[in-house]
Amino acid sequence: MQATASAATPEAVRPPRHHYLNVDYGLRSWLLTTDHKRIGILYLLSITFFFAVGGIYATLIRLELLTPQGDLVSSDTYNRLFTMHGVMMIFFFLVPSIPAVLGNFLIPLMIGAKDVAFPKLNLASWYMYMIGAGLTMYSLLHGGVDTGWTFYTPFSSSYSNSFVAATALGIFVNGFSSIFTGLNFLVTIHRMRAPGMTWFRLPLFIWSHYATSLIMVLGTPVLAITLVLLFLERVFQIGFFDPALGGDPVLFQHFFWFYSHPAVYIMILPSLGVISEIVAAFARKPIFGYKFVALASMGIAILGFLVWGHHLFLSSQSAYAALVFSVLTMLIAVPSAIKVFNWMATLYRGSIEYSTPMFYALGFIGLFTIGGLTGLMLGTLGIDVHVHDTYFVVAHFHYIMVGGALMGYLGGLHYWWPKITGRLYSGFWSHLSALLVFLGFNLTFFPQFILGYLGMPRRYHVYPPEFQVLHVLSTAGASILAVGYLLPMVYFIWSLKYGDYAGRNPWGAVGLEWQATSPPALHNFEEIPVVDFEPYQYKGAPVAQRLPYRIAKYGA
Amino acid sequence: MKFFDFPLFPETASTLAREVDAVYFFALSVSAFFSLLIALFIFIFFVKYRRQRTAEIGVPIHGSTTLEIVWSLIPLVITMVLFAWGAKVFLHALTPPPDAREYFATGKQWMWKIQHPEGQREINQLHVPVGEPIKLTLTSEDVIHSFYIPAFRVKHDVLPGRYTTVWFEATRTGTYHLFCAEYCGTEHSKMIGTVTVMEPDDYETWLAGGPAKSPVASGAELFVKYACNTCHMEAGSGRGPLLHGIYGQPVTLAGGQQVVRDDNYLRESILRSGAKVVAGYQPLMPVFQGQISEEGVMHLIAYIKSLTGDESPGAAGGGAGAADGTGG
Amino acid sequence: MADAHAHAPGLAHHFESYEQQKESAFLGMWIFLAQEIMFFSGLFTCYLVYRVLYPHAFLVGSRELDWRIGAANTVVLLLSSFTMVVAVLGAKQGRRKMIVLGLLGTLLFGGIFLGVKVFEYGSKWEHHLVPGPYFEWHGDPSVGREVELFFSLYFGMTGMHALHMVIGMGIMLVMLPLAWRGKWTPQNHNFVEGFGLYWHFVDIVWIFLFPFLYLIGLSGGSSH
Repeated sequence: MQATASAATPEAVRPPRHHYLNVDYGLRSWLLTTDHKRIGILYLLSITFFFAVGGIYATLIRLELLTPQGDLVSSDTYNRLFTMHGVMMIFFFLVPSIPAVLGNFLIPLMIGAKDVAFPKLNLASWYMYMIGAGLTMYSLLHGGVDTGWTFYTPFSSSYSNSFVAATALGIFVNGFSSIFTGLNFLVTIHRMRAPGMTWFRLPLFIWSHYATSLIMVLGTPVLAITLVLLFLERVFQIGFFDPALGGDPVLFQHFFWFYSHPAVYIMILPSLGVISEIVAAFARKPIFGYKFVALASMGIAILGFLVWGHHLFLSSQSAYAALVFSVLTMLIAVPSAIKVFNWMATLYRGSIEYSTPMFYALGFIGLFTIGGLTGLMLGTLGIDVHVHDTYFVVAHFHYIMVGGALMGYLGGLHYWWPKITGRLYSGFWSHLSALLVFLGFNLTFFPQFILGYLGMPRRYHVYPPEFQVLHVLSTAGASILAVGYLLPMVYFIWSLKYGDYAGRNPWGAVGLEWQATSPPALHNFEEIPVVDFEPYQYKGAPVAQRLPYRIAKYGA
Repeated sequence: MKFFDFPLFPETASTLAREVDAVYFFALSVSAFFSLLIALFIFIFFVKYRRQRTAEIGVPIHGSTTLEIVWSLIPLVITMVLFAWGAKVFLHALTPPPDAREYFATGKQWMWKIQHPEGQREINQLHVPVGEPIKLTLTSEDVIHSFYIPAFRVKHDVLPGRYTTVWFEATRTGTYHLFCAEYCGTEHSKMIGTVTVMEPDDYETWLAGGPAKSPVASGAELFVKYACNTCHMEAGSGRGPLLHGIYGQPVTLAGGQQVVRDDNYLRESILRSGAKVVAGYQPLMPVFQGQISEEGVMHLIAYIKSLTGDESPGAAGGGAGAADGTGG
Repeated sequence: MADAHAHAPGLAHHFESYEQQKESAFLGMWIFLAQEIMFFSGLFTCYLVYRVLYPHAFLVGSRELDWRIGAANTVVLLLSSFTMVVAVLGAKQGRRKMIVLGLLGTLLFGGIFLGVKVFEYGSKWEHHLVPGPYFEWHGDPSVGREVELFFSLYFGMTGMHALHMVIGMGIMLVMLPLAWRGKWTPQNHNFVEGFGLYWHFVDIVWIFLFPFLYLIGLSGGSSH
């Protein structure tokens, strides 16, 4: 911890003369970089772009649903809108979001390594992502896909009149990006830890990324082969799933969800890790039940592979299978509850700072709890009969993926932004954005639970008029949410030029990443640190490193 | 429509709806309790333990195994109760009562075609009597659909190439939504209809309103039209199994496998007899895939079901094993 | 970029030692192979499901394949694994000619395997056994569609396997000049050894494909 002992002196707040951002300039130095931090930035820029694309689709969907008639766009267009919204948000934003941006940037820093184990593979992963995204954008610009992001056969393989093959290929290629990232993280965490960094000294962010990486490596190839078979059936009429060609359409659903259910945990597990980091840092105490929280991540990852069938309760799978999948689904409540209760207990007798990341984290805990509990309802067979394929499902997974994964991503971005850029952003505007996101989110998606139980099916372009009021509320919430998302883009960019210097450790947090300079040097540390402290050990850490939370002066 | 005049809870119009709602309310109250509990604790801690001095740190508490076990076991117990209760309702929803009136429904892009036991046909409409169990056998002519009546809390996917069922017993007269819940293409949101629940007398009047031929009668005609009777009816011809009283009975296949001759088995055997041949028979039957419409297959099955053991011309008393098999 | 390891040839800057680099390379390779297993598992599960559903049709379909060609190809592929081992051994002992010869042998046997495969595919095409609109079935009509499904899986599985071989052979073509120039030394030949694992993995996939596709028709069931 000695490295930061002098951080209180004003000079130390200034960024170092040489860091990863200014070692080299020019497009070439970025496009050919193998530095994990620069690759994280490349990912940050690209996923922000695709988030915006997915967001435009969401806006059009919500506008169309203001009225029960289909008056803004045609049914065909509407179907393409929700499909492309799902494809963009899931495959090109949520899945890579935290791992590829924050994970890439922070994993080597947090474990005291100079880089990930395979830097070139890391760069290749970004190129795979871009090629996959390019193919998907190609299909999008030529009219898009109308199958829903789930690509259920035989509709997708034999009936749909849209760009299924190009999109499937895009997602297939993008899968390599996930696999490369996951493989890199697994090896990095296994083999690149600094001396003294034992498994149970790892930050929980690392544990959650370890669990995530396992799913990326073992789940993604199953999606890949599923898409290959779908591609063969659609393009060459080689039967695998279409009953008219001898296949079983439900087999496709099994394959698809064997990846896509664990993929939900690819999206949420990194967020759980971020929240653990934030809660510990702003309560300034160790995470309550560290080992349980760490192992709960692994438990969720493993159980996550065993519950895919709960998407198929009504698909004509056998009742026995439904029972088994239902009971396994219930078990996931346990590790999830462990997380939530431990965060709650961590706040007890903490020294809680009212910072933007902490607001995001608290919002996350609330929304994740609601998302998780409604997930249990969906896993309950008797309730699923009614709410399956309704807006109840839509609301539930948005609570997990937007209220959970996206809140975690934004919280993490706010937490590590000073480390990534060396600058502080506006306290007021960031507090406001956290509040708007929380309120807007709830207004958007809570009415959808009610809509779902009323029986409004998902993916409906026109709907019975009695559902209109709830849809109007939802759209109103979405407009607030949109402002909440646009604000950070403004003040983050503003901070790059006008924000105060952050110094090594603006939050007074412990963890190796805060010992590096902000922004970190090319190879992260002056010398490889030796870890002789437990995770989140605030007691006994040098007082000098705890600077007060600083609100950057806005306006000038 | 006045602004505040909108529903927050669906109508409850079937026996199953009450059961589903009961589990739902249980899950909802548990969820509300824990959400509020967590929110309350967070709020209290957030206010009470806010940072007073800049250099302050939290009290290092590393955890408590007892607490971990407690808050693992509580969710476990609650979710197991939820599971068991939900499973009970689900299994009930999957098991039609034996005395249910049997309707057929076929989904195709983008409409529902429904036929009553008496033969009346409807499109995107379903008229049923109140207080009687109704069973629908569902199939699709193209992609996957899902048959969903929110007021009855019933839903099941409708697949091409196989049969699924839903059943319900309406408890209140009125008209209710019928939706397709599985995305099926461009006009998915227009694949909707109405379910009209009527008093039994009104239903009888409604039924009498149009001429109809019952599915069994149509099936009997098809049975002759496709010459099924030449192999499956002649006593002692031996080419195909006799079909009397075989529905729902187990049979041994050529490979030694045991199967129950249910709707899906009969469907497969009619269309592609070679897939599962009854032991002791040669696979001689022609392939009817693409020859008979989905509706025709349903009629044939209805006819086969109507054949009871007593009427069997040759195999009175039912032979052993292969003698009363089907398929092949 | 003051590289502390400037004196250590073949040691990447972010590793502390050859040992760390080697362990990372192998762990990475094994994880990659785990990923490959999941990829092929999808195909094998598909096969399993349909074989259980249509056991008879799969026997009928399998009888359309010539098991003798499959057996010969199995031997060819095992020989290619042997030559791969020779290449890896050469790398371990720092004998670059041995690496090159091993790789050339592997390329040769891999090429023979693929050549035979092309011949087999061609004969399936001639007999209208390629699934899709071109498929025609002249056997028992009641299982025609299921036999077509068998051939979907036959082409899907052997095709994916062949694709892995083609990729492997492409990598070997790049490796050849590097090996000749002595890129790999006894301290640092992780790439050759890792690639060897990949090649053996591809072989093992075939060891499963061969009985599942070619041999099941030889046993049981009344043939007609």
